Amino acid sequence: MIFNPQIILEKLPEIGSGLLVTLILWLVGIAGGVAVGFLVATARRFGGRAINLGLGALVEVLRGTPFLIQVFLLYYGGPFVGLMLDPIPCGLIALTVYAAAYYSEIFRAGYAAVPPGHVEAAECLGLSRLQAIRRVQIPEMALIVLPPAVNLAVILLKESAVLSIITVPELTATVSAIGSQQYAFLEAIFVLAVIYWAIVEATGRLGRVAENRLSRLRTANA
Amino acid sequence: MTIKLFTLLLQAAISTLGISLISIAMGFVIAIILSAATLSHKSIYVVPARLFISFFRGVPLLVQLLLIYTLLPVIGINVPSIVAAIVGMSLCTAAYQAENLRGGFESVPRGLIEAAEVTGLSPRQTFFRIRVPIALRLTFPALINEAIMILKSSSLVSVVGIIEITKMAQDLASSTYLPIPIFASAALIYLVINSIVALIGRFAERSLGGAST
Repeated sequence: MIFNPQIILEKLPEIGSGLLVTLILWLVGIAGGVAVGFLVATARRFGGRAINLGLGALVEVLRGTPFLIQVFLLYYGGPFVGLMLDPIPCGLIALTVYAAAYYSEIFRAGYAAVPPGHVEAAECLGLSRLQAIRRVQIPEMALIVLPPAVNLAVILLKESAVLSIITVPELTATVSAIGSQQYAFLEAIFVLAVIYWAIVEATGRLGRVAENRLSRLRTANA
Repeated sequence: MTIKLFTLLLQAAISTLGISLISIAMGFVIAIILSAATLSHKSIYVVPARLFISFFRGVPLLVQLLLIYTLLPVIGINVPSIVAAIVGMSLCTAAYQAENLRGGFESVPRGLIEAAEVTGLSPRQTFFRIRVPIALRLTFPALINEAIMILKSSSLVSVVGIIEITKMAQDLASSTYLPIPIFASAALIYLVINSIVALIGRFAERSLGGAST
């Protein structure tokens, strides 16, 4: 088998559209996951025992089962309960819910890692409860939460490849289809590996830059 | 959803367990070599090991499995798909476990190593008697996490046609038209297995613990 870069160049527009779908799924999944995950963690912390236990059980189920099974349940099981979803929205929902479960655990750890003394001190200084959360607890959490959050973002990018199995036209599906149509498996896998690897590396770098910035900001204010 | 269907899923779970266990064990052996290479400070070992780790951590497992599954026959190696799947999973988990082990070795307190040297232990003894046991204890929780990740990731080998929980569930769901109970049962089986692994991990950590600080 000879490596033929011509095929990659010819199929560049298709590869681009697959990449675009992957990026959109990924970024929307992260945004949704962070938002829902934060809400879940906040509800678990301040919502009382019943809410904490209920949401905790849900999070455990989502974290303890394979993403692929969750996707199948939604995609093949959905129509039986009146939830007819096209592959892309289905993938987006599955990825967001999965992300939310993991992000909620990161935020939970973040909440727990802020010393209660800091919040109490803020309240003693006359800040309201909400102000103490917004001005003290969340900024302190941000620094603790950032490295695992970036890590999770990388994991989610890689999980998004699983959505190719339910025919979401994302990067893995598009490129491996090109590979089998053109009988160019080597080229296809090479493209996939390089693109994913580049995004992962870039995300990691970006995360470290953000971490440095944030920690400098904190020490400057301290 | 009958008992018979559930039994089929449980039988398939044995295959999931087998694939995961072999992959974790093989991955652990490869990880030891990789982490030794990254800690060697010799660039002929460090650079390839880093590349390997970076590749297998940076590319989705599904892509790795497709790579191994399609490439092995192309370069003239014809192995059953189950072997390809296990090789793929082992290489992937090796990269993750190597990073964990490296972290463990790097967090062995310097003072303990110096103390061992001062006491007259040879470098070899220091390595096997002091560094390895402490590093293993430090990386144990990460190893349990990795085992759970691999158990979940093993669902991906269904794509190359290997019968394990996920593939069995898929086949049963399409032949019985009962996707919800079947996939939910499959999820339950994974959940139970992972909970047991986590429980064993916590138990072992407690009996290993104490001395780690």
